[in-house]
Amino acid sequence: MASNSSGGGSSDRQRIARQRLSRIAGHLQRPADGSSAIVAAECKAHGSQADVPGEEKTVPRRRQEIMKWNGWGYSDSRFFFNKKGQAEFTGRRYRLSGLIIPGLKDWFESTFGASLQHKTPATPILNSSAVQPPTLNEAFVEELKSTGIPLSHDAEDRVFRAHGHCLHEIFALREGKFGRVPDMVVWPNCHNDVVKIVELACKHNVCLIPYGGGTSVSSALECPPEETRSIVSLDTSQMNRILWIDEKNLTAHVEAGIVGQDLERLLNESGYCTGHEPDSMEFSSLGGWVATRASGMKKNVYGNIEDLVVHVKMVTPQGVIEKSCQGPRMSTGPDVHHFIMGSEGTLGVVTEVTMKIRPMPEYQKYGSVVFPNFEQGVACLREVARQRCAPASIRLMDNEQFKFGHALKPQVSSIFTSFLDGLKKFYITKFKGFDPNRLCVATLLFEGDREKVLQHEKQVYDIAAKFGGLAAGEDNGQRGYMLTFVIAYLRDLGMDYYVIGESFETSVPWDRVLDICRNVKARIIRECKDKGVQFSPLSTCRVTQTYDAGACVYFYFAFNYRGLSDPVHVYEQVEHAAREEILANGGSLSHHHGVGKLRKEWMRDTISKVGMGMLKSVKDYVDPNNIFGNRNLL
Amino acid sequence: MASEAVYTHRDPMLKKRDDFEDILEERRNSSDLRYALRCYIPVLYKELTPCKASELKSMVLQSDQLRYVINQVCKETGMAADEVQAEAAAILEEMAHRLQLSTIRFFAFTLSKVFKTLFRSICVNEEGIQRLQQAIHEHPVVLLPSHRSYMDFLLMSYILYTYDLALPVIAAGMDFMAMKFVGEMLRMSGAFFIRRSFGGDKLYWAVFSEYVKTMLKNGFAPVEFFLEGTRSRTCKSLTPKLGLLNIVMDPFLKGEVFDVSLVPVSISYERILEEALYARELLGVPKPKESTSGLFKARKVLSEDYGSIHVYFGQPVSVRSLAQNRVDRCQFNLIPRHIPRKPGEDIHSFVNDSAYRLVRAQEENMVLKPWVLLASLLLQNHHQMQVAEQKQEMALDELTEQAVWLRDLSRQYGAFLHWPDHVSPSEAVSSSLSLHRGLVRISEGRVQLAFEQGGQTRPGEPCSTVTPEEELLNQAVIILSCASYRNQALHIFLRPALLASAIHTASSSNKQEVYNSFSFLRNMFSNEFILCPGATVQDFEEACYLLVKTGALQINQQEFVVTERGHRTLGFLTRMLDPFLQGYQVVCRFLCEDATEGLTEKQFVPAVRKFIIRHILTGRLRYTEVLSSDLQKNSLAALLRLGAVQKLKGGEEQGTLKVNKVMVNSLEDTLGGKLPTQKAVVARL
Repeated sequence: MASNSSGGGSSDRQRIARQRLSRIAGHLQRPADGSSAIVAAECKAHGSQADVPGEEKTVPRRRQEIMKWNGWGYSDSRFFFNKKGQAEFTGRRYRLSGLIIPGLKDWFESTFGASLQHKTPATPILNSSAVQPPTLNEAFVEELKSTGIPLSHDAEDRVFRAHGHCLHEIFALREGKFGRVPDMVVWPNCHNDVVKIVELACKHNVCLIPYGGGTSVSSALECPPEETRSIVSLDTSQMNRILWIDEKNLTAHVEAGIVGQDLERLLNESGYCTGHEPDSMEFSSLGGWVATRASGMKKNVYGNIEDLVVHVKMVTPQGVIEKSCQGPRMSTGPDVHHFIMGSEGTLGVVTEVTMKIRPMPEYQKYGSVVFPNFEQGVACLREVARQRCAPASIRLMDNEQFKFGHALKPQVSSIFTSFLDGLKKFYITKFKGFDPNRLCVATLLFEGDREKVLQHEKQVYDIAAKFGGLAAGEDNGQRGYMLTFVIAYLRDLGMDYYVIGESFETSVPWDRVLDICRNVKARIIRECKDKGVQFSPLSTCRVTQTYDAGACVYFYFAFNYRGLSDPVHVYEQVEHAAREEILANGGSLSHHHGVGKLRKEWMRDTISKVGMGMLKSVKDYVDPNNIFGNRNLL
Repeated sequence: MASEAVYTHRDPMLKKRDDFEDILEERRNSSDLRYALRCYIPVLYKELTPCKASELKSMVLQSDQLRYVINQVCKETGMAADEVQAEAAAILEEMAHRLQLSTIRFFAFTLSKVFKTLFRSICVNEEGIQRLQQAIHEHPVVLLPSHRSYMDFLLMSYILYTYDLALPVIAAGMDFMAMKFVGEMLRMSGAFFIRRSFGGDKLYWAVFSEYVKTMLKNGFAPVEFFLEGTRSRTCKSLTPKLGLLNIVMDPFLKGEVFDVSLVPVSISYERILEEALYARELLGVPKPKESTSGLFKARKVLSEDYGSIHVYFGQPVSVRSLAQNRVDRCQFNLIPRHIPRKPGEDIHSFVNDSAYRLVRAQEENMVLKPWVLLASLLLQNHHQMQVAEQKQEMALDELTEQAVWLRDLSRQYGAFLHWPDHVSPSEAVSSSLSLHRGLVRISEGRVQLAFEQGGQTRPGEPCSTVTPEEELLNQAVIILSCASYRNQALHIFLRPALLASAIHTASSSNKQEVYNSFSFLRNMFSNEFILCPGATVQDFEEACYLLVKTGALQINQQEFVVTERGHRTLGFLTRMLDPFLQGYQVVCRFLCEDATEGLTEKQFVPAVRKFIIRHILTGRLRYTEVLSSDLQKNSLAALLRLGAVQKLKGGEEQGTLKVNKVMVNSLEDTLGGKLPTQKAVVARL
């Protein structure tokens, strides 16, 4: 998505042809009457083909073939400082790939007081012998083997599934340290495989931890150290097919292991999309979204995961839970989907989801607006929300983040563009009198048919003008969104040079937005100072989603840890303090990252004692033996 | 953090304090006019968006909070919205300051002249000024000076101007506004005026609190007010008033600012301008209404020497760190923040505790002059001689010897004593005495309090021109003036003195027994002195620590043993508290014996005064200072708090006092050491 945003796109004829083709393909694929025997047969057939080379698959069973074991994303894509001290981004997957980013070094050094002389390289090779030998439940393994479901107790496979992307998790991996890791990995191929695995796990009292895309930032994938049973990681990545598309109702039935980019790509081939684009969509999976109540960048048009889901199938120790029909809304007591959404792998495994789809938008346009200060920017977003005219995405970055985005500008090819940039800067700071240390930028993304987009665009820019906002071009907007995808890679670069950091999010009522931004940023700075961090940290935020009654705010926080004996501990203390500050300022525990184990301690205060009791009793009924024992949430 | 550092020191001796710089010295050597007109560029709050005083008003009037209350008032009274709006605007108009630099410059000039004639020096701790400057830059600041004189707030602004600091806006009582010209001048120097009482007036409260909060949140200027609410006529710190403190803490608690810095400021006068005025007021001669002409009449004060002033800017206290682990700010999450709500129990007790800590911080940085010690000694001597029916005077040498002893003791207790160490003790004593020649007289090497007719006439002996009662009151003026200086040292000795008295009254020297006694006294006197709520154990431990450390006391297996040299210390300490003990007992006796049915709160002070005068004149009570209405009111407040007296509310009996004689009687006996404390506690329950 970051790499190629289709503009006006292909011609109509081509598109129609493609649609027809996919329809035919759909007919061929669709099971005759959905009887389980046939599904299972299909599943098996498919499974046997799984290893056939040439099949297009983003996530292989052996993730190590394409992904880093101790950092974010693809092995071929990473930032580094070249011999001239300029930052470069490798690979060919992203728009930034292969480009030089001249401003990054100065920004990096001046923001963090870091130096390219002081390196903290990661352990290069995963040392399998440092991984604990697996504790296996022999009976379970035997019976599982007889089902033919692929499994592994290879150390690499296990380490890959023992972590998400919290700072402490990655930091430990870079140092070559492994805590408790799963004892075994299984790759079910379809719903029925999962049913079998769960049955066997119950029978043999084995702990199951579902694993989707592995992008968790809530310690949700960490194996509970107190767990003494054999821990089996249930990797859903091979359950990645679109089982059918229903064009009459605009729904698609999809296996839950599919990752975001595949889902969009495959749907696009049929002329559809879900429009669900979390920042992690390259790697995160549909089942993961459901299990954590994910939110997508374009939720203003398409909705968040809870708005998109029509039907869910989940395998629990008590059996399979699903609704009997696909009615768009029901009044049948509390919605059982809401026990599933946000259950964070504590109740079962989501195997199949029916979700809404939309025809692909005809036209997409990026945009950006510069505001004289953050206050004005927030006021503008609030007004946009009041008028309910938010574009597919609207995000407001504060001044620090604006500067950060600026530092990530790739080398410009022509003198003309750099001249143009200079002119723009002159216009905004000198002619319009914006203070470069206060101004901030909103990035916009419009989607729909061309005429409506242009109309919509005008409406939003008119509102922005009332708050002193100046249109600042498509380029700035697009770069803002691209940053989302590469920022995780940047953390790895920072970690090569004594800089650690992370982001966290919250949602907050409108009247609190400015206060929470100011207070949390200030709290981070103060806590760092109190904890002996030598150089003032990067403490920045952006408003990433608007709602009728509030907004989602993202905080980024990073610091140079030279001179600290236990940087991760300091980091955790500061993050803890920041979360306390968020809660004290009326923010929520999480907007879409989830609770995991990282934020468990605040759950009781968040949902009240009775609320906890409700969730606990559901857990006790559904999973009395704690088979899904990742101990998230409660 | 900072606040912790202010309160947790175990050993008062280790308190570190800054040095002083005399700001008048430069004034004496360079032009006042140039000083008044010099370039003034203060450091401001880093997030300040500059705005004029008039813009401030419209911000207040348009605030969500005020609009909400206006709406509410409309609904309740049926008035039109614009009518209520106009009323709010009028309230704000009456209240608002019009801070102008030109007026400050005028004051800078005239006050320089006045200060130079009145005072020898005005000493300021410059490190405190630097801390303040830093604080102003970082967070909204609240200045909390002690309040002993009308001078206080002009002096504060004068000092801040001198050091190029942001000029404060000051909450002042409405009574100032009555002074036509001066009121306006004060307004233009940053004062804003609030009514003394506006209990039920919702609109007034809303305008007022929003006005203060707006100034604070925007960092328009440091907000200054007096925690004690009014000038302390006795020079004892008054129990803090919470209204304004509540208001300035609110923006932090609701997350509207990251933090608020509270800066306690201790202003100590070597000699207080209003000294005799206060004494008269306490004795029941009503204070003259503030008027401009009255101020001019007060000109004669200009010809006298008032010694020096010490102004100590304390460590800024962060509201954030005070509130840490104390207040759950999430409680504000569920109701829109602009809807006014009565603070909950936890907030109330938090603000109350903070207020006490801040007043304690003020007390601790009060500079004590040798005279304060001398006044304590002279008063004690006076009463001792009175009992012995001897001449109430003291040899100068003896006074000096005792003063040196007390100097060392008070230093061990952590007093911030400014004793001139470069001169001999006798010189220090005589120069102190000479500054207060209105209160003491020295003849032939003997010192006595300066009563009009001399102390020769024994009480009760009729005199030709004045009635005994008039003479008594004249004496009382002197005694109360002296007592006001002694009171300045009270906070140093208070805790050990409570312990000493507890040992004295307790039935045995068992630690638990003494603690019970201590706890009883502390509870009894908590309207009289600054005793932090809920800190009984800490206070007891501190008192024990000090007395043991100074060798006055030993604790052997839960038994207190007073050492040989400890008797002197404990004697001094018990005598210090004795007037209060006796005073409270007399009030109790009055309520039991002499209070008529239907006595109202208003009639209480005149009636009890009459009762006390009778007792003194008949020789049944020796402490003239019990005539202080402050003490009488405090004791009544204590009895009300303990439930020994009840105040009837509503109906025709509004304000009538209902006395529980059994309980008052038992309290009196316990104060006199006639009942073990355990019993009194039971009696109370």
